[in-house]
Amino acid sequence: MSIEGGHAETAIELAALAPGPLEPVGARGLPALWTFGALGFLIGALLVGLTVGPFPIGAWAIVEAAVSHLPLLHVHSPLTPLQSAIVWQVRAPRVALGGLVGAMLAVAGSAYQGTFRNPLADPYLLGVSEGAGAGATILIAFFPSAAGTELLPLAAFVGAVVAVTAAYLLGSSVARAGGTGALILAGVTVAAFMTAVQTFLQQRQTQTLQQVYAWILGGLSGATWHEVALAAPWMVLSAAVLLSHRRILDVLTVGDEEAGSLGLNVKRTRLLIVVAATVGTSAAVAVSGLIGFVGIIVPHTVRLLVSSSYRAIVPLSLLIGAGFLVLADVIARTVLSPAELPIGVVTAFFGAPFFAIVLRHSRWVGL
Amino acid sequence: MRIDPDRRQRLRPVAFLRPATGAVLIALLLGACGSSSSSSASATAATRAAARISSTATVKASNGVALPADPDRIVSLSGASTEDLFAVGAGKQVVAVDVYSTYPPNAPRTKLSGFDPNVEAIAKYNPDLVVVSDDVDNIESQLASLDIPVLVEPAPANLAGAYEQIDQLGEATGHPSQATAVVTRMRAQVASIVASVKKETPPLTVYHELDQTYYSASSETFIGQLYSLLGLRNIADKAEKAGVYPQLSSEYIIASDPDLIVLADTVCCGQSFKTVAARPGWSHIAAVEHRDVLAVNDSVASQWGPRIVLFLAQVADEVKRIESQR
Repeated sequence: MSIEGGHAETAIELAALAPGPLEPVGARGLPALWTFGALGFLIGALLVGLTVGPFPIGAWAIVEAAVSHLPLLHVHSPLTPLQSAIVWQVRAPRVALGGLVGAMLAVAGSAYQGTFRNPLADPYLLGVSEGAGAGATILIAFFPSAAGTELLPLAAFVGAVVAVTAAYLLGSSVARAGGTGALILAGVTVAAFMTAVQTFLQQRQTQTLQQVYAWILGGLSGATWHEVALAAPWMVLSAAVLLSHRRILDVLTVGDEEAGSLGLNVKRTRLLIVVAATVGTSAAVAVSGLIGFVGIIVPHTVRLLVSSSYRAIVPLSLLIGAGFLVLADVIARTVLSPAELPIGVVTAFFGAPFFAIVLRHSRWVGL
Repeated sequence: MRIDPDRRQRLRPVAFLRPATGAVLIALLLGACGSSSSSSASATAATRAAARISSTATVKASNGVALPADPDRIVSLSGASTEDLFAVGAGKQVVAVDVYSTYPPNAPRTKLSGFDPNVEAIAKYNPDLVVVSDDVDNIESQLASLDIPVLVEPAPANLAGAYEQIDQLGEATGHPSQATAVVTRMRAQVASIVASVKKETPPLTVYHELDQTYYSASSETFIGQLYSLLGLRNIADKAEKAGVYPQLSSEYIIASDPDLIVLADTVCCGQSFKTVAARPGWSHIAAVEHRDVLAVNDSVASQWGPRIVLFLAQVADEVKRIESQR
């Protein structure tokens, strides 16, 4: 944590005075009704994700099979070995990865919007996606045999972290007075450079194109438990750090100088939030490619419907982001079934009009 | 970053091949099935002279520039056309081929690209004919302004279209009779391969894999209609809503339980029986259970030159093996 005890209290007091929520919120800033609603939405999405697919398997049989995995109940799974493999080896890791990635992108998006005080901030703001793309391309261009191995997500992860580190160092070195404009510009600069590196390598060695595109557009279609295990620890750690900073994000909404005068070390706090969001987003991108829109629409939807306090936005974005991406993936694999649609098409196609409706029926209260 | 799906689709049926691996695989293929292209590589002066008169009569450059009677500085930016040119005996007239023209191995490979063609880099070879598979970046009109004739030989819909291109390239380069001979031999080989496979009822099912994210090719594609010739049912046909190169879901592939899996992503994406068997749930597929997973060279399975007969023979052998085990 970046602030000392005494200052934290001031910060929390100030958070209570921060720009007003639309409706009264609970003591912890999280309205109970919305919390249960979001939880119900997530559970519903997970069930739909597990039961819907091109291979028809009864929903009740799947529930029974799930129960049969619990100890002491002695329920017999009604699924054949093939059905069981489809549910637990093909669908379940896909649903799990979708939930994790959706939660991560939404939480990282909300944290970025708060810390940069910029409604257009998304988890890819500081060059995560371009860095990941460059990392993956460099690996495939120079070590073609590494294609399709675990080194690919690792290289993407490293590339993403390197890009954000470079952007942060560049941005913070010029922004002496604090402020986020220089940081965002640095992100744009690094992203452009990383894209140039990637494109140059691809032009020279076109055999890398198909590999890199397959990975970038990868989505969740090839998800395995192994990938879930590879990425989950980073995402959980990152989400935990960001969740624990939800009050601090409220403090940051008043501006760097004011927050600083209240005892918050703004620069250090922002660094911690950027590091946490970067680690989690990089892990998400490394295993699922680039999935747009989730990091922007989910936090804004919560902001417009529930509250403009990050005490509500961050945890509710986590639940709704997870459910949203799981449902988007269900659509991606059913709309053209048995063919797949890239999930980014779904998140934008269904997400954008929904967000437009929310925007129309709400009063924009700013950040 | 954004990916233009059209560009991806355009790139998909193309060879992504490292020359060394390709050469080894091709040597194996030739050993197994006999060469269909190298025997016609030498042309006598007499046949070339005889062909000279008729060569410009039927074939016209697609960019309006007059074709020379006997082009001898040909640049090919298409792997399939390079193969065709060498098969009809025009190899000696070819001065440069693109980086993906991996066959034959002695083709004058350069760094030229058919995807991002640079008109100056092409003009440097002082060509009197340029063969491409697509009119990318207005290359036709750009070369027309330099008075260089262009032939566009796009991916054909079926074998007849592939034969037509061989005939056309033979005529344009002064080797019409050799082109006819190549096509006649290919027709005979295809007929005998098709006849050697007995059509099962219900038909065996096949899954053709273009990459490890399960992009496939339906029976409407050039490669897909080869499977139809052998009486196979293509599992990608049910995904026609998503076009002729659909991305299938893993679950659908497992549920379809194909009898034969053909991997056309061995070179680009390092796929093999081992990686396929390790995919979650795939051990339940009949083709994986019985090890009926055919690993083919990406470039052979994505081009439409004379070597396509070797691909057909390979698949036919596998089909016969599966049938004999039933």
